[in-house]
Amino acid sequence: MYTTELEKQRMASAQEDPEKLAEFDARVAADDFIEPKDWMPEAYRKTLIRQISQHAHSEIVGMLPEGNWITRAPSLRRKAVLLAKVQDEGGHGLYLYCAAETLGTSRDEMVEALHSGRAKYSTIFNYPTLTWADIGAIGWLVDGAAIMNQVPLQRTSYGPYARAMVRICKEESFHQRQGFEIMMTLANGTAEQKRMAQDALNRWWWPSLMMFGPPDDNSPNSAQSMRWRIKRETNDEIRQRFVDATVPQAEALGLTVPDADLKWNEAKGGYDFGAIDWEEFYAVVRGEGPVAKERMKARTKAWEDGAWVREAALAHAAKRAQRMAAE
Amino acid sequence: MSKALTGKALTSKEWPLWEVFVRAKNGLSHKHAGSVHAADARMALEAARDTYTRRMEGISLWVVPSASIVASDPGEAAALFEPASDKVYRHPTFYVIPDNVKNI
Amino acid sequence: MQPINERALKLGDDSLILGQRLSEWCGHAPMLEVDLALANIALDLIGQATLFLGRAGDPDALAFRRDVLDFRNCLLVEQPNGDFAQTVARLFLFSNWQELMLRDLCSSDEFGDIARKSVKEVAYHARYASEWVVRLGDGTDESRGRMIAGLDWMWRFTPELFEGDAAPLRGEWDARIDAVLGDAGLDRPKDSRPILGGRKGHHSEHLGHLLTEMQFLQRAYPGATW
Ligand SMILES: [Fe+2]
Ligand SMILES: [Fe+2]
Repeated sequence: MYTTELEKQRMASAQEDPEKLAEFDARVAADDFIEPKDWMPEAYRKTLIRQISQHAHSEIVGMLPEGNWITRAPSLRRKAVLLAKVQDEGGHGLYLYCAAETLGTSRDEMVEALHSGRAKYSTIFNYPTLTWADIGAIGWLVDGAAIMNQVPLQRTSYGPYARAMVRICKEESFHQRQGFEIMMTLANGTAEQKRMAQDALNRWWWPSLMMFGPPDDNSPNSAQSMRWRIKRETNDEIRQRFVDATVPQAEALGLTVPDADLKWNEAKGGYDFGAIDWEEFYAVVRGEGPVAKERMKARTKAWEDGAWVREAALAHAAKRAQRMAAE
Repeated sequence: MSKALTGKALTSKEWPLWEVFVRAKNGLSHKHAGSVHAADARMALEAARDTYTRRMEGISLWVVPSASIVASDPGEAAALFEPASDKVYRHPTFYVIPDNVKNI
Repeated sequence: MQPINERALKLGDDSLILGQRLSEWCGHAPMLEVDLALANIALDLIGQATLFLGRAGDPDALAFRRDVLDFRNCLLVEQPNGDFAQTVARLFLFSNWQELMLRDLCSSDEFGDIARKSVKEVAYHARYASEWVVRLGDGTDESRGRMIAGLDWMWRFTPELFEGDAAPLRGEWDARIDAVLGDAGLDRPKDSRPILGGRKGHHSEHLGHLLTEMQFLQRAYPGATW
């Protein structure tokens, strides 16, 4: 998931003032919001910076796989929708970077952490978009998964993050639907189009399930994050909910979910599904995803190529201010 | 990544942060929507427009350099805001008026 | 006056090709805020293209199934993005012309409705690009050099904008361009022999590649709906 903590973190049991800490914990437990200038434990601040910036990086890197098809979108309507959608993701990144900045970091610092490989982003964006159907599959599965994770974060404990999530969720609502619509058109299209759609589902299904992060018994920080309300449900709970919601949608498309072990379990009121290849997941987290190098190269290039532009705008602003002062 | 881009040294090369306020429609006040980075005021206004009014969210914008915002200190909140809590006489419900007296 | 189809194609193709070019920036701009801005401009242009091409036939068939010889856009809009300064130069020169052209078109029977909607969008594009010309021209030595090079690349293609009916726009366009270049501390590029042909379907080598990419799916899967 965009916001899954991909790095094991040492939860600093730093020497915080116990009185302030107790007051803070009580506020969070009472569903109060924490605002930028409020006192907060250092570990909370650090965890939030990491989580929010990781989320922001995911939005920005996530522009690349879909951006790959904007110039090849097959109709004017699809082109406009896709461009608007990818632009939205850029906006989400922007809101989130700004939310993280209220915690005392800067966008430049966060960008530098991404480019140097210190900061992580969602594993899902390290997979390539091979055909137009991948654009449908991403909207349907990846945005669908993102929405499930993001809706509860609208009530997360940190005010600026919660407000960014409210805006994001409002904008996300068309993303999944446009993806499903693409899949529907392909699934009802020619044999070649249907093949494309099935192939995209085959490739994106398992990486989508991995988006929710490692299984609960291997996700050590969940409990603290849940107490802090920066995470609202466990990885496995939300993954199960995603499978239960998505399998009937695949059936409606007439497509087959690539999992021989997938079976409705009446007793638990949900689907049983096959084992996830966690080795692949951890490899992608380590930066060994199929197009990880391409993604980072594209981001770094855009940033470095833009350096002279950012510098020029500042230089011009300084010159103008100087001229104004001289007048 | 060029070597210059490490640590705090780079913050001076960053476009300043601006706070964005959007008036949704006439009759309402401007409301804080978020922030943008921009090198100058005009750019900030355009970035605010391109970021926060793409879905007809507004008809008027304010942008303010974030550094110009003077904020109250949460540590002072008790001193600033709690004294208002016992001034109940400022609220109309404090006064008992008989039911048969109208238009007051 | 040219037949309505021919005029609709000129208007629509200009917007379509520039929209396509600007959309290439998505995800790669110098700053996130600029990325969003360029996408907004591209979206305006794609919307205009859909409306104008709709007056000449099925917009998708026209966009995705014509070859180079049948495209009627000016050469300026099909020029490659280059660096950010070159992109700004193209948008600056074109949008300032497009705004004047659309303003006159507002009273036309065939296209007035589309022009009245589009002219507001383009006024913003022209202003946005003009401001960047000033920032880059009057920024650092590097940005100034790049801005000069970008304008220089595009300048050869500007005379084409004023062919035929559009000739009377020249004076006002010149005044606008000169004012912005003045603010930017830049000289007007030297005029050279005009490069013409786009309006007749004789394009630069760049358009074929742009179309190859844009039309790929419709060409690879004839008859499919998307
Ligand atoms: Fe998003
Ligand atoms: Fe999305």
